Amino acid sequence: MFKIIDKRELAKDITEVTIEASVIAQKAQAGQFVAVVIDEKSERIPLTLADWDKDKGTVTLIFQKVGHTTKKLGALNSGGYIEHILGPLGHPTDAKRTGTVVCIGGGVGIAEVYPVSLAFKKAGNRVIGIIGSRSMELLILEDKMKGVCDELFVTTDDGSYGRRGFVTDVLKELLQVIEKSTHTKFPDLVYCIGPVPMMKAVSQLTKDYKIKTIVSLNPIMVDATGMCGSCRCSVGGKTVFGCVDGPDFDGHKVDFEELEKRLKLFADQEGKINPI
Amino acid sequence: MVNQDKIERIKNFFEVALGYSKEEAEEEAKRCLQCKEPACMKGCPVGIDIPAFIKLIAEGRQKEALEKIKEKNNLPGICGRVCPQEDQCEAVCILNKKKIPINPVRNAKALKEINKISNGVNIGALERYAADLEISSTLHAPRSTPRTCGVKPATCSAKIAVVGSGPAGLTCAADLAKMGYQVTLFESLHLAGGVLVYGIPEFRLPKKIVEQEVEYIKSLGVDIHTDTLIGNTYALEDLFREGFKAIFIATGAGLPQFLGIPGENLNRVYSANEFLVRVNLMKSYKFPGYATPVSIGKKAAVIGAGNVAFDCARVALRLGAQVTLVYRRTENEMPARRDEIQNAKEEGITFKLLTQPVKIIDDGKGFVKGLECMAMELGEPDASGRRRPIPLKDSNFVLEVDTVIVAIGQNPNPLLPKVTPGLKTNADGTIAVDKNFMTSIPAVFAGGDIISGAATVISAMGTGKKAAVAIDKYVRDGSQDKAKVSPLKGTL
Repeated sequence: MFKIIDKRELAKDITEVTIEASVIAQKAQAGQFVAVVIDEKSERIPLTLADWDKDKGTVTLIFQKVGHTTKKLGALNSGGYIEHILGPLGHPTDAKRTGTVVCIGGGVGIAEVYPVSLAFKKAGNRVIGIIGSRSMELLILEDKMKGVCDELFVTTDDGSYGRRGFVTDVLKELLQVIEKSTHTKFPDLVYCIGPVPMMKAVSQLTKDYKIKTIVSLNPIMVDATGMCGSCRCSVGGKTVFGCVDGPDFDGHKVDFEELEKRLKLFADQEGKINPI
Repeated sequence: MVNQDKIERIKNFFEVALGYSKEEAEEEAKRCLQCKEPACMKGCPVGIDIPAFIKLIAEGRQKEALEKIKEKNNLPGICGRVCPQEDQCEAVCILNKKKIPINPVRNAKALKEINKISNGVNIGALERYAADLEISSTLHAPRSTPRTCGVKPATCSAKIAVVGSGPAGLTCAADLAKMGYQVTLFESLHLAGGVLVYGIPEFRLPKKIVEQEVEYIKSLGVDIHTDTLIGNTYALEDLFREGFKAIFIATGAGLPQFLGIPGENLNRVYSANEFLVRVNLMKSYKFPGYATPVSIGKKAAVIGAGNVAFDCARVALRLGAQVTLVYRRTENEMPARRDEIQNAKEEGITFKLLTQPVKIIDDGKGFVKGLECMAMELGEPDASGRRRPIPLKDSNFVLEVDTVIVAIGQNPNPLLPKVTPGLKTNADGTIAVDKNFMTSIPAVFAGGDIISGAATVISAMGTGKKAAVAIDKYVRDGSQDKAKVSPLKGTL
């Protein structure tokens, strides 16, 4: 049993819970995730570690209440319990010193790009952050990102806050400016986490500029330890397991169309399950 | 032993084999000749005193019969159900040679079938009968189960870690606990039991049986930690730092094999593991009461012919699909248990034999529309001794299915070796061990499918048992050398 010791609503339908999970906190690294089973009848779902505190022995999860399980998780309160949490899972992000790193987060992906940005910063990189959401009321962690990024750009699809448009618009402009400039260099690495169409668009853009791009994939998982293959993705023409081979992959090699289709496998069933 | 009616059982997940009544069991037990040199015992990987427990059943002393079994086998309810007795103890029963017909059972047709399969004493059914008495009377093993400790008290209390709670891990943990060790059993999933929980379906092995036998293991003093992935949550080094004197790795063969044909990543193509994990572990057959979905179309093809393939086929059938089992050889070469093949046939599963899948066809939306196959013929025997299937030219055809389940085998779990430098593996991914089950790292032992590749529950239990003896010897000898160096020093 894992006790929830703090719960906050960060934005519309986006919840943050902090959980006592000392063993996981000791091992956690940026880019890793946990598998969560709320109770006997619940699904096993993967959630990226948004933060952790080794001293306090806690981990923080941030999730959008979109499906049955995340709504159920969001209905738990401080003092409540999650029956099972396994982790940390997956390879940590390879956050070594490379120079300038652009860290891009979209939607609830901002929660996941934060620890990665921090890790890149701590490794001695110059970190440029680009975060975006559909509208102002859905934007999270702007202050935290400001704290770790050397420069931060914020976009909203509807223009209700920051720049109107997508994260790719900012990235594109940035790259165009650098292209024309004589004294600035292209970033050494782009790291991106968010909805599949966004990761796809970012990867397409950076491919033209030949800038190495890492994306953190979010396929459907069950055991999340390499046993079932539910999370298989095609990367560079090879089948990989998101859970144990990833979750970070070379964005220029990922078959995003296949991933998008595979994420729709249970679309019919989603509608049949009782709302919380 | 009588089965649940074939028309009824394909609509439910209740156990198919119904087990013996007291009368049936005692009658069957009385057929045992009580051989002076029983061949059956030699056929048992865990060395159960078979004639002795059968005699006790014949005398109506069921409880004592169970105790007799438990001297050697910690999981009798499970083994009574899923052991391939027909290839082990029952295969060598002297009654086979004497051709003495078995006692009449209630169903004449079933008798005929059983006769075809085995004329020996139905040892598996008797083991199950003995085990189920305890379960039906909801008797949990007493907390104060006496521990037989044949070693010095100083080493007796040593801490041993067991990684993986499948058949090998449970057996090794139980035996070490019986010797007096403090055993902690780590399991990555949220329930203990490994393949017994995620793999074998409810209708062949009810999860209540697994739960109760796991409870028995706990009652011996084994401390079970679920939600702990050794390699991630703790490294092996951490375990030594925590004071464990030896580690037994029993992480199984959990890595699914795929065919490597086009279309394998389409929706509704499942590995056997994914399909079974969803249905058995996550109980998606009870969806939406249980929240994990499984998407099964109208027509499913299951590829393979081992026990796992048959489990998948029979699960798919119970979920409402029409099921075709696709196998590249013939029924004679099928690795599954004969009675499972028989059960599947009775239930209405179609076999498409001498058939090799070559491509899975997309419906245009990313879902399966069909399975393109080639016809095969059998050639000369291959390394396995089975006749090698050879493709027939221009024989391609399409099976119209909307679900494909790939059940062609599992490879050893690569996770722990990958993150543990110095832990040597063989070319096939199994962990290399010496004759005492010790790996390339001192004090780290391994057993079960992780050293053998995918095999049976009972063979995994057999190595778990032998490893427990080897670990005991190692810890006792090691404590005399007073070696204080961490076994992992220099390797990490």
